Amino acid sequence: MKAIVSVFAKDSKGIIAYITALLAEKEINVLDISQTLLQEYFAMIMLVDLTDCGLSFTELSGFLEQKGRERGLDVHIQRQDIFDAMHKV
Amino acid sequence: MSYLLNSSEILQTIQMINQQHLDVRTITMGISLLDCADTDMDACCRKIYDKICRCAGNLVKTGCDIENEFGIPIVNKRISVTPVALVAASCAAADYSPIARALDRAAKETGVNFIGGFSALAQKGFTGSDLRLIHSLPEALSSTDLVCASVNVGSTRAGINMDAVALMGKIIKETSERGYMGCAKLVVFANAVEDNPFMAGAFHGVGEPETVINVGVSGPGVVAHALKECKGQSFDVVAETIKRTAFKITRMGELVAREASRRLGVPFGVVDLSLAPTPAIGDSVAEILEIMGLERCGGHGTTAALALLNDAVKKGGIMASSHVGGLSGAFIPVSEDAGMIASAREGTLCIDKLEAMTCVCSVGLDMIAVPGDTDADTISAVIADEAAIGMVNNKTTAVRIIPVKGKTVGESVDFGGLLGSAPIMPLHRGGASEFIARGGRIPAPLHSLRN
Repeated sequence: MKAIVSVFAKDSKGIIAYITALLAEKEINVLDISQTLLQEYFAMIMLVDLTDCGLSFTELSGFLEQKGRERGLDVHIQRQDIFDAMHKV
Repeated sequence: MSYLLNSSEILQTIQMINQQHLDVRTITMGISLLDCADTDMDACCRKIYDKICRCAGNLVKTGCDIENEFGIPIVNKRISVTPVALVAASCAAADYSPIARALDRAAKETGVNFIGGFSALAQKGFTGSDLRLIHSLPEALSSTDLVCASVNVGSTRAGINMDAVALMGKIIKETSERGYMGCAKLVVFANAVEDNPFMAGAFHGVGEPETVINVGVSGPGVVAHALKECKGQSFDVVAETIKRTAFKITRMGELVAREASRRLGVPFGVVDLSLAPTPAIGDSVAEILEIMGLERCGGHGTTAALALLNDAVKKGGIMASSHVGGLSGAFIPVSEDAGMIASAREGTLCIDKLEAMTCVCSVGLDMIAVPGDTDADTISAVIADEAAIGMVNNKTTAVRIIPVKGKTVGESVDFGGLLGSAPIMPLHRGGASEFIARGGRIPAPLHSLRN
């Protein structure tokens, strides 16, 4: 299953490294990544593959949100289908 | 292999959810109770409770799972059932409120927000069971928390059952004597639909399958946000923008509906394309009308603005879903819409303008608080007017009117949660008693010579 990880925070050093380390720890492959600065806010969107991840979606989502909060990052994971449904005919 | 990551589209969706209140308003499971009929009231109640718990046991958990995986809030999980007047017809009991309490217990056991279907379809006349159900309404609504009731009093095919209109005025009045919340859970319809997922008017029609999943989407905030980008542009641009937005919202609803249907093993019924406001700031249908250029919702121009909105929502949504149904359009529940509350409070939005708006919106006079001393015949007359609009225009109309005991114009009432708060609105007083007392039926309208 593919999913979108979105990260919003005040820009600081090492955000990508921190998030990708969490994903690697859970055997999640990053397929694509895009980042942008909205004013001083950092917004990162990652397309990830959950095939080898042993956690359930709910566990993974809780894990990422918790780890994000610990570093002051707003992290969410959503299944990719929702974005495809809304934006692709 | 290429992966298409369009970050602007993804950010747009995330903003819609986080800042513009985009949500799925409800996943409603329809359950047929036709096989629960029994001559013994206790047995009937037991069968109803057992069947609902069996069919909807996983509904709330499934809804929460989908919510979590897709990151889209699903505000309500609800159940609609076969109109109870049909199910209970063979019961040897005059009072149907034990069934309402069984529904309430089942709703609490399954964890849903509301259960609808304590209903009667009396557009052409009453069965004995319809009358028993209607007379049970005050007790049923005051002794339950989650049960919603509806009565259909007219249709384009059958005309208006004026005996039912007269009776419902008295029943609403009697229900309000026991507390105004009862009236917030009671809708009087003309042309009621069988697959509506929204409360308080949801019931599971007899033409529906054993169980079904219907989904109601929402998103006034998303439409309002999109329209802010086209300030000063023509109505062609406004209509097109609403259509595009409604398309996206509906696609999201369709995905959730399909997923819920698959996981629960229950057939997918319809997506109801509705703009359902909430009292939250930025989630208002009135605000959309004001963004179109009206100083205040309720002023002249409001009906035209609402007509455009209602039609564009349907046009945009219809291609986004394989099955569209329910009430589909823009709701105008006064107490549930921050913009309408404000307009009603300052007197710009009055009952007459609301009635005009119901000619072009998706339903009718909704969540309108009126003085506690309003007499039953006046309430019946309001229902008659609204049913006539529905009957002649071949559309669903409804009245959810709430006489608030001990309060009068200038005061307000707080329903709590999504039901919001409402200023007590003035009605034209009296003068309809002789009209309502006539009884009988208003004949169905002609279907040719339409002008």
